[in-house]
Amino acid sequence: MAISDLTRRGSLQIIDVAKILRNGSLYVAEARIRNLLQWKWSIVGEAVANPMFYLLSIGIGIGKIVNSHQSVGVDGVKYLTFLAPALLAATCIQGAVGEATHPVLEGFKWQKGFFAMNATPITGKQIANGVLLAAMTRVTFGCVVYFSALYLFGAVHGLHSLWLIPLTLFAANSFAVLMMGICAAIKNDDLFLNMVQRFLIMPLFLFSGTFYSLSSMPKFLQIIGWASPLWHATEVGRWISYGHHISHGALLFHFSYMAIMTIVGFKVAHHHFVKRLAK
Amino acid sequence: MSTIGPAAGGKEPLIIARGLRKEYGDFTAVDGIDFQVNRGDSFGFLGPNGAGKSTTMRIIAATLTRSGGDITILGKDPEVRGPEIRAHLGVVPQQDNLDNSLTVEDNLYVYGRYFGLSKKFIHGKIEELLAFAQLEEKRGVKVEALSGGMKRRLTIARALVSEPEILMLDEPTTGLDPQARHILWDRLFRLKEQGVTLLITTHYMDEAEQLCDRLMVMDKGRIMAEDSPANLIKTYSTKEVLEVRFGSDRNAQFADQLRSMCDRIEVLPDRVLMYSDDCETLLHNVVSKGMQPTTSLVRRSSLEDVFLRLTGRSLVE
Repeated sequence: MAISDLTRRGSLQIIDVAKILRNGSLYVAEARIRNLLQWKWSIVGEAVANPMFYLLSIGIGIGKIVNSHQSVGVDGVKYLTFLAPALLAATCIQGAVGEATHPVLEGFKWQKGFFAMNATPITGKQIANGVLLAAMTRVTFGCVVYFSALYLFGAVHGLHSLWLIPLTLFAANSFAVLMMGICAAIKNDDLFLNMVQRFLIMPLFLFSGTFYSLSSMPKFLQIIGWASPLWHATEVGRWISYGHHISHGALLFHFSYMAIMTIVGFKVAHHHFVKRLAK
Repeated sequence: MSTIGPAAGGKEPLIIARGLRKEYGDFTAVDGIDFQVNRGDSFGFLGPNGAGKSTTMRIIAATLTRSGGDITILGKDPEVRGPEIRAHLGVVPQQDNLDNSLTVEDNLYVYGRYFGLSKKFIHGKIEELLAFAQLEEKRGVKVEALSGGMKRRLTIARALVSEPEILMLDEPTTGLDPQARHILWDRLFRLKEQGVTLLITTHYMDEAEQLCDRLMVMDKGRIMAEDSPANLIKTYSTKEVLEVRFGSDRNAQFADQLRSMCDRIEVLPDRVLMYSDDCETLLHNVVSKGMQPTTSLVRRSSLEDVFLRLTGRSLVE
């Protein structure tokens, strides 16, 4: 069999290192998205079905009961309106955490793809950033679809409610990056991810003032809410959506909390990605 | 032993290491080694598992920090300028870490992007690489469906997408069947002919002899010897080896008598190796002294014998 030889100018001629140092995170995200696109129909299906199920069952079904018992609904608005910002935030935070932590297991442990990336000029920091960027790209898509569903169901009103989208993405990113960093730090991470799902994500979903305001809970359970990015996103989201009363101080606190979580998250993620690749 | 210093034979040095060390806690994986690899070399690290070969490779690949000594790759310190060094290396790790959920073609594409190469360039390169790796018919197939040999060829093709200055192969044919190994050796030999600098670790002496111009024999983190395969054999062994078996109990029993008849012997559990430049005559002498081996074999010396001589142990244990 005749086999042609490879043409060759050599990497010294064809590679622009400065460009990789600048754009490496994008290359990683591009690869992750290429991977995700294989599942594009299930991603689209999930993005559409998820809000439908929640809105039909909880929002409308339970809403009917709640509204019929309280003449002014909850927090002065219809139950569905009260619920909408929380559902949006909860879904996007869960999605972001899943999409940012699962590839960490795959990349460090199952397929060791991160080590393959790191054999190229790509750095540990760029891998972390790229994985997060891809995760947030998917979450942004889901967020827009979810928001559209909320709009169609009359759960959000007016142009100003579009601010829910960047707020939700900010909250989702803050938690996702922190969980991604912790996931990279932990050795027995398969078990860890299960624990996260069962003992962290679920309680946060239930105890963050999602279905009723946090103040109606006993104090010791409120603490869970305070720690949860979901509660902070929900509070600000209700303020954006229907003018839920919130003080300037509280607003500042909610944003600071999520911002600090983001900064700490990036520090933890970058540190442990670099460290684990060098093992 | 090593050839540190001005470029040997006018060749450009690509890798220079002096007193390179790597420790993990109390364990010393690489124990102060010196070596130099020049452009166009086909340089091999030969040694058993745990000799420190892979550790050395990872330090060169700028993915593992050293504990001591100095090393430069393309004139740069890997600890300071890792990405700039890695931009010019093609790395084939010991275990394939391809993306199993992507197709053959997409694996090459994605990897090329990590080097910042344009889509147009990569697509052209993919055609060449698929032909080179004899994977044209598999281009649209997901990696998980490939055989071990095909995966290995794809990993090598992937490492070549960026036209690296140095191709590093860690145990390239471990775990492959003989046919797959020969195909791979043929591919690597072509690269060598094209002047690509190759860095290979192996514990197979036949692989080292086939592919490497220069060999560094390693054991327990140290360099035992460094030279061309032919010179190593010439220096550390005789022209021929006589392998005789007397049965497991009697091998040791005859050892003293056999030792007096030739340059050197090695008593292994199942056989005795006798070193001499004329082994036919030696065998004749053994038999005429009344020691009748159950089997005997005369062969030429190999790197296995060099290793045995240098370390007292076999390469593959």
